[in-house]
Amino acid sequence: MEDRLLITPAPHITSSKTIQGIMLDVVVSLVPASIAAVVIFGVRSLLIILVSVFSAVAAEAIYQKLFKKPLTINDMSATVTGLLLALTLPPNVPIWIPIIGSVFAIVIAKQIFGGLGTNFVNPALAGRAFVLAAWPLHMTHDWVTPMGYDALTGATPLAGFNGTGKTVLTLRELLLGLRAGSLGETCIIALLVGGIYLIARDVIDWRIPVGYLGTLALGTWIFGNPNGFFMGDWISGLFLGGAILGSFFMATDYVTSPVTRRGRLCMGIGAGVVTLLIRLWGSYPEGVTYAILFMNLVTPLIDKYIVPKYYGYAHDVQARKAATGGAK
Amino acid sequence: MSEPRRSLGFDFIKGFIQENPTFALAIGMCPTLAVTTSVENGFWMGMAVVFVLTFSNVFVSLLRRFIPDAIRIPIFVILIATPVVIVELVMKAYLPAIYEVMGIFVPLIVVNCIIIARAEAFAYRYPVMNSLMDGLGIGAAYTVNLMVIGGIREFLGTGQIALGSIVFPSAPFFEPAAVMLTPPGGFITLGLLMVLFRVTLGSKAKVEDHSKTS
Repeated sequence: MEDRLLITPAPHITSSKTIQGIMLDVVVSLVPASIAAVVIFGVRSLLIILVSVFSAVAAEAIYQKLFKKPLTINDMSATVTGLLLALTLPPNVPIWIPIIGSVFAIVIAKQIFGGLGTNFVNPALAGRAFVLAAWPLHMTHDWVTPMGYDALTGATPLAGFNGTGKTVLTLRELLLGLRAGSLGETCIIALLVGGIYLIARDVIDWRIPVGYLGTLALGTWIFGNPNGFFMGDWISGLFLGGAILGSFFMATDYVTSPVTRRGRLCMGIGAGVVTLLIRLWGSYPEGVTYAILFMNLVTPLIDKYIVPKYYGYAHDVQARKAATGGAK
Repeated sequence: MSEPRRSLGFDFIKGFIQENPTFALAIGMCPTLAVTTSVENGFWMGMAVVFVLTFSNVFVSLLRRFIPDAIRIPIFVILIATPVVIVELVMKAYLPAIYEVMGIFVPLIVVNCIIIARAEAFAYRYPVMNSLMDGLGIGAAYTVNLMVIGGIREFLGTGQIALGSIVFPSAPFFEPAAVMLTPPGGFITLGLLMVLFRVTLGSKAKVEDHSKTS
């Protein structure tokens, strides 16, 4: 009879969401951007994406076999890491860069810290930051002209934009992604389609991308023009560089973003501010990678100080006031 | 006061595994990270530490019966600062290029925790000969550690290993990764080497196992 009373710890209501389902949604949402990358920058992009995904999954499998951990490649988180890393690389990078980047992302940034759920920064961005610091020449010069597939070893349009506040690109070119840049960051339409799909499927919280892009747009509008305040071209500021890719797909990583809604908004705004600081006053042309990594590190602090009021909070406050007689 | 008799050989050799300053005790980490961008830097930093450590160990051990317990730390610092000044002046005079690279880290040997730790934990309690061997052994192990870390970082970061005028070029098939010469490269190398040390030799070393102390 005593077996009839089941006592289990919370939570008692579970959702049908699984890691695999969420990761599959993220992969689906990145398909438009990946196709756009192949169309804009040529078949080599496909090779980089495949190599990066394959190395990420292989690194996870080999690490888990080697250290006798349960194999988790089926949850597709390594696939997402590899795909995201590939989309942040310049189109003409040597093929060993995505391999080393993926291995670093999976082994050093994720598995050594305990695997999915305990990594302290976004693995894909950590991998990108490592290859950027290791081979800066490749990571800042291996661009390709859009649709022409010619090597372009100059600065991206963003670098020029940061200095002058102007860009020669039209809005149509920006939206379609017809500009030099990293594989997956240029085609804004494809990224927005993927981002809206994720928000509609309730996979990501709109607060992080909206807070991030809103701050970036506002800041670019205010400070983006060297000739005066409130004259910046904020639309180009949003669409040049990797802010759209980063804000929708990387800053929203569950493990490394705050759990509360206000905390998420806070993280988005913080990432926007850091991106602006790096773009306008830093020595790097683009700051999305470091901004998101920085906010990943601040996330535990945000979660500590931004705590939602619990049920019955107002009642408790009143009770406390009554107990002290309203005296300060 | 009776002192435990210890084998001089053991006091020398224990610095390499059981009491390896970098990988087992994790002390003296600032220079370990800061100056290990090449084998040569690691070697000279190690030599400076060997000299200072041996000098201070011998004098702390000689004077251990006269040093009042309450003010032993200031006295250790004086006994350590003396050889550091000697090293600094000698390096400035005869190895100006190396001194330039090491910069502040040579005078900072005064506050290197390896040296004060050996004075406090070893030389203050054991006879002169044991303390001498302890200083030489710990110093030699430290030098080896710095050279290994420096070698890995130099090879991956510049694609070659330079020993004086002899340069071992890298294999032609990889491109030097600049990150290895920067502080993140130092932390990554040190961390991975420490994992390797603890996985292979950890059972023999005095490694503090935080997973078992709850």
